[in-house]
Amino acid sequence: MSSAQSAPEYAILTSGLVKSFGTQNAVDNIDLRVPAGSIFGFLGPNGSGKTTTIRMLLGLADVTSGSIFLLGSKVPEAIGGALPHVGALVEGPAFYPYISGRGNLHRYDSADRYADPATRDERVENALARVGLQHAAEKKVHAYSLGMKQRLGIANALLQPRKLLILDEPTNGLDPQGTREVRALIRSLSAQGITIFISSHLLIEIEQICTHLAVMSAGKIVAQGSLAELAHSEILNLEIKTPDTDKAITTLNSLDIEARFENNRVRANIAAGFVAPNTIVDALVKSGVRVEGFNLDAPTLEERFVSLTGEGFDVAG
Amino acid sequence: MSQVKKMRPWQGFATFTASELSVLFRRRRTWAMLFTISLIPIFLAIAVKLSGSTVPPGEGPPFLDRVSQNGLFVGFTATILAIPLFLPLTMGVVAGDTIAGEANTGTLRYLLIAPVSRVRLLIVKFIGATVFAVAATVTLVVTGILIGIALFPIGPVTLLSGDVIAIPAALLRLSLVTLYVTISLMGLAAVGLFISTLTVIPVGAMAATVVVSTVSQILATLPQIEVIHPYLLTYYWLGFADLLRAPMDFTSMISNTLLQIAYIAIFGSLAYSRFTTKDVLS
Repeated sequence: MSSAQSAPEYAILTSGLVKSFGTQNAVDNIDLRVPAGSIFGFLGPNGSGKTTTIRMLLGLADVTSGSIFLLGSKVPEAIGGALPHVGALVEGPAFYPYISGRGNLHRYDSADRYADPATRDERVENALARVGLQHAAEKKVHAYSLGMKQRLGIANALLQPRKLLILDEPTNGLDPQGTREVRALIRSLSAQGITIFISSHLLIEIEQICTHLAVMSAGKIVAQGSLAELAHSEILNLEIKTPDTDKAITTLNSLDIEARFENNRVRANIAAGFVAPNTIVDALVKSGVRVEGFNLDAPTLEERFVSLTGEGFDVAG
Repeated sequence: MSQVKKMRPWQGFATFTASELSVLFRRRRTWAMLFTISLIPIFLAIAVKLSGSTVPPGEGPPFLDRVSQNGLFVGFTATILAIPLFLPLTMGVVAGDTIAGEANTGTLRYLLIAPVSRVRLLIVKFIGATVFAVAATVTLVVTGILIGIALFPIGPVTLLSGDVIAIPAALLRLSLVTLYVTISLMGLAAVGLFISTLTVIPVGAMAATVVVSTVSQILATLPQIEVIHPYLLTYYWLGFADLLRAPMDFTSMISNTLLQIAYIAIFGSLAYSRFTTKDVLS
């Protein structure tokens, strides 16, 4: 890439970004840092402000305060310099139902003033092929299933060579096979150097492919970093299976470990490096605790995600 | 590497306009409206033919009495019939749908990130609505001429001033009428475009646009507010009869065009200021 030297370090950079509707902040002072070349997972429950953030990134919604740089261009003032290099799927695919899949791609491509009409047919066919829709290309979109529309939406994002793809819940409506295909597609696009920003409310959807993550909850970013940084935990979960519950808790307390009985296990949270595992086992055995099972682990990403965002079905109000 | 080059400001404009027209005319609804419009002169001609007798002058719509003597009057009379309600109705559907329809299906956000600038989108939508106005009036007049030729004698046309002109000259005047009616609808198209930026419910924008044209025509019947009549959108809508005099009187043509330009300027600016600052949340 000829522009490699001038390419910004971050494909997306926001600082103090706020979007308020009335008195409520849907997006509340977020600093997103999406490194160029990363596959960035944007995680959060429904209603946490992910889509509103994406709308601001793409200039669809105004910023209440704060700043956005998209591929180094200030948004919204200089967004025209960035958008041609950005492909996006925002809040589900949307098409003209009475036009064929191919016709819809032609429509969107002709809206793009930077798109070369001479290569349009070829680019549309390539995009259709990439998502496996060649055979349904002549069907009108109203006859498409949700999964097919989703694929067509991804094809639309791939009409041009892009530097950044913003994909809002891209596997929504896809069957497991389709989900795997989309993941493979994302990996291959990433291998070409394209930065991928992918939002989801399900960690398992994206944790296999992401290099970086940000977790959003109630309009705020509650965690952000590389997968390694986030997986690294200062707090470990201790779990002991034993019939001698009280004795185990007393023993742990004597080691300055605050323990509790929960879900049929004696549990505690311990700072990493605070005490060696074998010291704990030794102490337990010496006190005559019958240890049937012992586990000292960093919490899984899933557990951390749930602890950050809550588990319930409540949509942030 | 595809760098964003300095672009001429109109780069890709023609392509996008062509795409807009192709989307408009790939809709079954557009053709259904044009078909329905074509039924007006057809029904009119058949009704006159079946009644067999000549209509006494001064009864029914203007010029109805002349239809059975000269088929060229079918298109003209049908236009008079269609102007108060039917043409504004179809214009309201197309203009009200421009932005609200795209917002409603979510295609608006994909157009904007394609990217197309919001100003360009408004201009192209207005062009689309205008082309529909042309298509509607041409359908009306041409169907009128054809059914008139099919059912009635054709001959030199007697003008309102009593002069008689040959058929080619009459056809020229009919095309001027078509132009007049199209211009009349353009102000309404601008009103509809503005209303369409206010909502994501296309039916609401369509209805509101039709209401504007209807209210304007009702106001025109109230003598108490005579002072504002010349500024009403619909004031000159029926003024094209002036084109059927010899020599041709262009007074209403000019006044109407100026009035419609004023409406386009005002509601175009309103649409611009509203749409360029609006959050697209659909």
